[in-house]
Amino acid sequence: MMPLTGKERTTAAAGPCCCGDAPGLDGGAASCCDAPASGGKASSCCNGAAPGGDTSSCCGEAASGGEDSGQPCCGGPQAPAASPMARPGYELLPFVETFRTTLAGPVPVVRTTLDRRDVRGTLGARLGYGRDGYRVAPGLYAVGRPGPDCPVLVTADYKLSFDALRRELSGIDAWILILDTRGINVWCAAGKGTFSAAAMARLIEASGLARVVSHRRLIVPQLAAPGLDARDVRRRCGFTVMFGPVRAADLPAFLRAGNRAEPAMRRVTFTLSERLAVAPVEVYHARKWLWWAALAALAVSGIGPGVFSLAAAWERGVWLVAAMLAGLVGGALATPVFLPWLPGRAFAVKGAIAAGGLGLLTVLVLAFAAPGAVSPAGRAAMALAAGSLGSFLAMNFTGSTPFTSPSGVEREMRRAMPLQAAGLVLAAMLWIISAF
Amino acid sequence: MRDMRYLSGVAAISLDVRRCVGCGLCEVVCPHGVLAVAEGKAGIVDRDGCMECGACATNCPSGAIAVTPGVGCAAYILQVWLKGKAKASCC
Repeated sequence: MMPLTGKERTTAAAGPCCCGDAPGLDGGAASCCDAPASGGKASSCCNGAAPGGDTSSCCGEAASGGEDSGQPCCGGPQAPAASPMARPGYELLPFVETFRTTLAGPVPVVRTTLDRRDVRGTLGARLGYGRDGYRVAPGLYAVGRPGPDCPVLVTADYKLSFDALRRELSGIDAWILILDTRGINVWCAAGKGTFSAAAMARLIEASGLARVVSHRRLIVPQLAAPGLDARDVRRRCGFTVMFGPVRAADLPAFLRAGNRAEPAMRRVTFTLSERLAVAPVEVYHARKWLWWAALAALAVSGIGPGVFSLAAAWERGVWLVAAMLAGLVGGALATPVFLPWLPGRAFAVKGAIAAGGLGLLTVLVLAFAAPGAVSPAGRAAMALAAGSLGSFLAMNFTGSTPFTSPSGVEREMRRAMPLQAAGLVLAAMLWIISAF
Repeated sequence: MRDMRYLSGVAAISLDVRRCVGCGLCEVVCPHGVLAVAEGKAGIVDRDGCMECGACATNCPSGAIAVTPGVGCAAYILQVWLKGKAKASCC
């Protein structure tokens, strides 16, 4: 809270506070909120009527010596004055530390540490619910106190890309150029054609970069290369593109070494933590069909000797739903986690093994928990349903990996999808038969 | 990435060594070390490591590399099959 000046303390008249009735206006300072006044009858408003009385007070701090309290009320301590950087119609973003004056106008200087809001945003993007539109405004930014000969680092406008870059730049003076990639990361944007030489030239023109820096070099993430023709950038705007390392974490070392990347900096990896970061989105996508599939499973489970039985739909149905969940977990979580160790090269095979295994585990639980609920044919159906579903979901995970080729995925799909469909149909048939 | 390999013998990438000018940009941009320059000419040293991203072909100054770039994503390919290329979306 802002310290109050003496003037503020004395000028305000006693008055009602915003919530509830005001106490008697005669004489004493009226007041509200939290702390009682020193030496007066304590009263508070904010949550109801205050009794009439002499001195009362408000908001955390006691008024001094019976003087009129000019302290604000309601909602706790007074908020600080508006930042000198605030502008009507704009929102000052929490990652902006200050602005740096350049020949092309003020450039926001961004923090190199992530705060709680960034972490929350990352969580939303990674889990899937806050993934769309998670972006920052394209244009020129700065870290540290860059001058005209400092490097220019280019990245995408996806907030995760921007955060991944700035968090590695503590102690470095540099310019950051953010391209309008429609909220998509560098590699995918390059594939989609939005991280392109044309877009780069447009942005360099619009941002006035040529007036800000004295050199004509851009450090671009290596993974932009599928969409970015380096020579084309030079032709269009005179800037020379240097491909930086794959990971922003290697940028400090790259810069220290005079813009040279070690071979390891040029290779993509797919470590356990990287796999864990991209897996949850697949589970999130399952929400679209999971409820319908569970409903269908319960409906099919009701079919039996008595035409349809609600009791059977529930008693047998939960086990089929459990098998489907085993398929989901096996295909969308276990496959990414155990990717290097699951046998087979095709994701459909890996998924079938992981999810089929979990399906068998579900059958094992069933055998102990409710041995009479499902017959052997039904148990086979459970394992088959889990395996087929998991195989399909694992195949979908190819899109989240950095090493599957479209030719390979297409071949895998042509072979695996008929088997996956047949597996699901057979599982449904076995399940219905098992009721009789 | 040597611990994670995808299907072998499928990646469609070709290099016309006669047109190669040996600039080495393909070696720089390839995220899987598929191409390497030796004695002034590029060569494909790990064909099965290729994921057909197209970085090399986009940046080859002499058009010596041919690869059809695309995304190795089953969900996207399925959409192309079902809705056609124009309506399919990924990511």
